[in-house]
Amino acid sequence: MSAATLEFRNVSKRYPGAGEPAIEDLSLSVPAGEICVLVGPSGCGKTTAMRLVNRMIEPTGGDILLDGRSVLERKPAELRRDIGYAIQQIGLFPHQTVAENIATVPKLLGWERDRITARTDELLELIGLDPHEMRDRFPSQLSGGQRQRVGVARALAADPPLMLMDEPFGAVDPINRERLQNEFLRLQGEIGKTIVFVTHDIDEAIKMGDRVAVLQKGGVLAQYATPADLLMAPASPFVEDFVGADRALKRLALQRVRDIDLWRAPIVQVGQTVAEARAAIADSDLPYPLLVDAERRPLGWLSERALLGERVTDDLRSRAAPIVEMDDILRDALSDLLAHETQYGPVVDAQGRVTGVLSVEVISHALAANAPSVPSASERVE
Amino acid sequence: MNDFADAIEFIFTSRESNTGGVQVGGSQLLDLLWKHLEISAVSMLLAILVAVPLGLLIGHTGRGAFLAQFIANAGRAVPSLALIAFFVAYIGVGFTNVTLALVLLAIPPILGNTYIGVRQVDPGVVDAARGMGLTEMQVLRTVELPLAVPTMFGGIRNSAINVVATATIAPLAGVVTLGDPIINASVYGDAGRLGAAIVVAVLAVLAEFLFAALQKRATPRGIRSQDRRAQQVRPSSRKAPVTP
Amino acid sequence: MSFVLAQVQLRDRSQGTCESRNGFCPDWIADNWENYVDPAVRHALLVGLAVLFGFAIAFGLALLAHRRRGLVGPITAITGVLYTIPSLAFFLVLLPVTGRGITTAVIALTAFTLLIIFRNIMLGLDNVPEEAVDAAAGMGMTERQVLWKVELPLAVPEIVAGLRVAATTSVGLAALAFFAGAGGLGGEIYADLTFKSNIVVAGGLCLLLAALFDAIFVAVERLLTRWQRAVAT
Repeated sequence: MSAATLEFRNVSKRYPGAGEPAIEDLSLSVPAGEICVLVGPSGCGKTTAMRLVNRMIEPTGGDILLDGRSVLERKPAELRRDIGYAIQQIGLFPHQTVAENIATVPKLLGWERDRITARTDELLELIGLDPHEMRDRFPSQLSGGQRQRVGVARALAADPPLMLMDEPFGAVDPINRERLQNEFLRLQGEIGKTIVFVTHDIDEAIKMGDRVAVLQKGGVLAQYATPADLLMAPASPFVEDFVGADRALKRLALQRVRDIDLWRAPIVQVGQTVAEARAAIADSDLPYPLLVDAERRPLGWLSERALLGERVTDDLRSRAAPIVEMDDILRDALSDLLAHETQYGPVVDAQGRVTGVLSVEVISHALAANAPSVPSASERVE
Repeated sequence: MNDFADAIEFIFTSRESNTGGVQVGGSQLLDLLWKHLEISAVSMLLAILVAVPLGLLIGHTGRGAFLAQFIANAGRAVPSLALIAFFVAYIGVGFTNVTLALVLLAIPPILGNTYIGVRQVDPGVVDAARGMGLTEMQVLRTVELPLAVPTMFGGIRNSAINVVATATIAPLAGVVTLGDPIINASVYGDAGRLGAAIVVAVLAVLAEFLFAALQKRATPRGIRSQDRRAQQVRPSSRKAPVTP
Repeated sequence: MSFVLAQVQLRDRSQGTCESRNGFCPDWIADNWENYVDPAVRHALLVGLAVLFGFAIAFGLALLAHRRRGLVGPITAITGVLYTIPSLAFFLVLLPVTGRGITTAVIALTAFTLLIIFRNIMLGLDNVPEEAVDAAAGMGMTERQVLWKVELPLAVPEIVAGLRVAATTSVGLAALAFFAGAGGLGGEIYADLTFKSNIVVAGGLCLLLAALFDAIFVAVERLLTRWQRAVAT
């Protein structure tokens, strides 16, 4: 898996006849393997800056270096085949199957058919779609979330050292967007590409970026820093304003459920003796027993009546919702808890098995304990 | 090129016919022209009177859409010659019969385009109109009709050209139009035949420009710059074709 | 009229009472249908050639206009005039230049189809979703690759629609091709304008031919656009 470095060096873009330049003297450097998020208000030039990298827009001044080599020296079409490109409207080819769409760049590069097929199947699995089912479907047969994922797979197909992504999750509803973001971060943990990610949503920027570049109108770089620095030390009133008055709360986006100490869950199964059940409860951090199935998947919170007889019954007081995942960021987990009007919820791993209990108390405790320092980029994604 | 020179001369100078006894060419052409325009205009008028209301109705209510589409599609394929011949064979010769044939020829494009014109109106606009309390008739008259005019006019334009063209073979049915020198070339001579052809061609192009200008005039100012794409030709199972 | 009749057989009406009554005579049709075959084939040939050449020319024009939008106006204007000129007049105007025969007819018919086909190709190209083109270019396709791999395939429905209209309308126009000495079903109609059976058969064959061309193009479109009919699961 290869990752390149990217450098903007005094880049400017001025359109003929326009009063103000779209981008003026932008310089920033993206280390290999990092996600650099370009964020800013409408019209700040973030999409323009991204499109300058693969020369969909030509710079009028300055240079852009990919792995130290100027992009201006290369032929545009050839350059672009080396850069993954995922846009907001996705742009899947309606007349081609999923597999054909994904195979676009490998075909342009002249890969052999077997290699392409293998790569396509690999990518489909990587994005969570069953190759056999999905490879011959047409875009019109996919849901919005599926299309988005295929778009990302298509951008990854030729294993480019750099990826450009323009609001790639923008066209999806908030629930699925969250899921896609988590999946993508998990993916990035595996493949470690250099990514330039454009968004207008500061929360997404904080969640996704290893480094965040806040742009003002005219492509002016207001601050280029890690999300933590952005939240705790905004460089100017503009940045402070843009990040939002709730930046203390936004710190909740910096940690994941797996990063903090959870309460131990009082796990109980149907058919266990009540004595065993009471022992499990005593051994945990919570007096309310959680009923699970044979695979340790949460079924619901037990009522008192379930423990009245000899053995545990499945008399539930309430369902297990919300079920929190280990990879959820604290902000989303807290928001789920509040939405369900409950103080705590079971936490499950990738297979759906209970690993602990999350509560509002746990979160605030973790925040207080971790006040000045937050996990580094590499620790945040497992 | 001599032929063309002769033809031009025919258009402007009167001379005796090949068969003798009659003056042809020059100002005599004006009589033919007049007849040509007369039958074209009458046919167009009648066709519009029939096709436009029908098209508006079908477009507005959505019922009978298949009929409109079928007529528009099938009408395109009917050879004008066959139509005239059919009327000659089954009904006979004469102004009325030819007019009838021409009306039938002119209806399909007008009907099809009017129907599409109404269908193409933004449903949101129609909905808003209804919601504001306009009756169905008012919606049709004040909202759908004006917005459908450009497309509808495209159909009228197309029909007009077809009618003018087909009126050329009206002499086969006993109506002496500009096509007479072509059908009865022995009387008029080669120069006459070519001359008449040129006049018909010019007439058609002029009619086209005229209707194009009328179309622009009749288009509500607010949507004037809008897509001429809306007038594209596309037969499909979904829509009746819009003839250019 | 002699030049027209010279290439057309007079209908033989001497055979029975049905014909002399000038009714609709199935027997006569059964006996004489072979006479219509050659003209029908000729008719189909004229239309086929016209659409073929029309497509070739219009396609070239569209490719030019796709790069240079300024050309769309002039091309539309010129092909528009060619479309407007009544085909009969066109045939006759060409006669002194290209003589009698298939050539003249095909030239005029081809000229007629240009506007329809050109406009529809342009419409098809214009209707290609912008994001697909952007993605294609951004992924590294050259302009030509974007055109042939993405834009044209997605424009197929509109293009075929144009061909359908061009073909079916040309069938009607080709009925007048005999004025140019090119034969066709029109000649049959003209040979005996008052005989009902003749009109019905010849006219009916025209409609049949139009339906045939229509069906062929529909089939072509279905073949090329499997993706449009994919049902969302």
